[in-house]
Amino acid sequence: MAFLIDREVADRVDRVEIPFNSQGVDPYGISKKYVARSLTMLTFLYKKYFRVSVFGTENVPARGRAMLVGNHSGGVALDGAMVNASMFWEMNPPRLVQGMAEKFINRVPFMGEWANRTGHLTGLPEHAERLLRDNRLLLVFPEGARGTAKLYHERHSLVDFGTGFVRLAMKTQTPIIPFGFVGGGEAIPTIINSYTLGALVGAPYVPITPYIFAIPLPVALELRYGEPLVFEGTGSEDDEVVQGYVERIKSAIAGLIEKGAAHRKGGGQ
Amino acid sequence: MRVLIPGISGVLGHMVAHRLLAEGHEVIGIDKRPWPDAPPGVEMHHVDIRKRPAEEVFRKRRPHAVIHMATVTHLVARTEERYRINLGGTRAVFEHAVQYGVEHAIFVGRHTYYGAGPDSPLYHHEDDPPMAVTTFPELSDLVAADLYACTSLWRFPNLATSVLRFCYTLGPTGHGTLATFLRGRRVPTILGFDPLYQFMHERDVANAIVLALTSRIRGVYNVAGPQPVPLSLLIRDTGRVQIPLPEVVFANLLGRFGLPRLPKGALAHIKYPVVIDAEPFRKATGFQHEISEIQAIQEYRSAFPVR
Repeated sequence: MAFLIDREVADRVDRVEIPFNSQGVDPYGISKKYVARSLTMLTFLYKKYFRVSVFGTENVPARGRAMLVGNHSGGVALDGAMVNASMFWEMNPPRLVQGMAEKFINRVPFMGEWANRTGHLTGLPEHAERLLRDNRLLLVFPEGARGTAKLYHERHSLVDFGTGFVRLAMKTQTPIIPFGFVGGGEAIPTIINSYTLGALVGAPYVPITPYIFAIPLPVALELRYGEPLVFEGTGSEDDEVVQGYVERIKSAIAGLIEKGAAHRKGGGQ
Repeated sequence: MRVLIPGISGVLGHMVAHRLLAEGHEVIGIDKRPWPDAPPGVEMHHVDIRKRPAEEVFRKRRPHAVIHMATVTHLVARTEERYRINLGGTRAVFEHAVQYGVEHAIFVGRHTYYGAGPDSPLYHHEDDPPMAVTTFPELSDLVAADLYACTSLWRFPNLATSVLRFCYTLGPTGHGTLATFLRGRRVPTILGFDPLYQFMHERDVANAIVLALTSRIRGVYNVAGPQPVPLSLLIRDTGRVQIPLPEVVFANLLGRFGLPRLPKGALAHIKYPVVIDAEPFRKATGFQHEISEIQAIQEYRSAFPVR
């Protein structure tokens, strides 16, 4: 197990409550080895490279299904990575966050393999529903790829949310834990997104920064989890009803972002 | 019960026949291939299921149930022959079954029906569409046979029909597509892709077929046992050497240098998984697998050690 795996990370991976078989693989193909390797790298970013302040992890259930729903911040999946690391280090026992991978990822050699082995299955409704019914911790960015495409000056804003995730949460009776992520826009200050380059490499777009590449700068990041939101229903309600719930989630996230941005500037808790 | 098994001379056919005899059933086999050491309880008919003498067996012996195992894959037969066997044979089985008062017909199908692709979900349900027709055209005759068998659910309400879609088999007989793929010392894979493979031990397959028979389930069911594992783990634990090749190279080397001969369509099935949810079958029959994925791998490995 040793190559590129931190001992402490490996010990915590052993404590994650997921049914791994004797070879360390779960029914979705999540591999302990890959998870430990990926978290070893994320931990360096989480603890050393960025200074990540995390608040409100007590709002996340220790066990059972839950949906972490938040804003995209920064042109690459930095936000998701930090949410993942925070649930791994701040929860006891540690929880593994499963994101929904963009569809193009599964077609790219190595990328798809890596995403699947670390629990980030292709973003299909079937996958989301199954994982929730299996009591996993699902990470959802309702802004989708339009969210990561936010430019520097838009960094504290939210683009339109889809409604599918709320319907799914209602159908599976899953609590929604809103979170606000601040700082990704400074870490990767996107000035423009190149959709042409994106088409060339098979991704939706490639973010361009003042120093060209989207390599994140070592800035302070802030991650705030809010109180769980539970919506009763079957998930087949009218759009107007569901849209109302979406707005409540959106304003909860906006509130968390505002609080985080203020605190980050040095304005108290 | 008097049970007729077209395709009895295959490895799984033998196993099911033995199990049925042990449980006190009467077994009649139809197969062009011989079964030299068939146990005395088995009444063998060396006829082609699509020919008249096969109908004669139905007429004279009046079986209560039919377990249709006479389908072949691309590994065994060429295209035209395969269409004749899989479609013509399936049609004959169901027509004779209806005409001669069979009460229960079981079609033994395959999970590759669902096809493999980048956008395809893990854990297919029975109502998912048969994407194999596009991802792996060499499987389309098996998909058609499966769908044809399904039509008997509404065409022949008096005939209880079970369409079973089995995942791959792996075990000491070395039977099946997956076992064949893993036979050599070196197993080629596509660089950067490591799909999940779902398989069950052949003894569990035979158990599941017998359970489907005794519980007389009606409908379409996925059948699987233990959880799937990544192809890389499967290759390593069977003692083989994985040779990851870029996709272009892989496609051009098939059938040479001791690499398996595979149709080009098989590539999607080496890049992406086909995994099924078999919960409805477990609920309907109480089926539980006896052999874990790790044990199945070990049994295959000791039966087929690398030379």
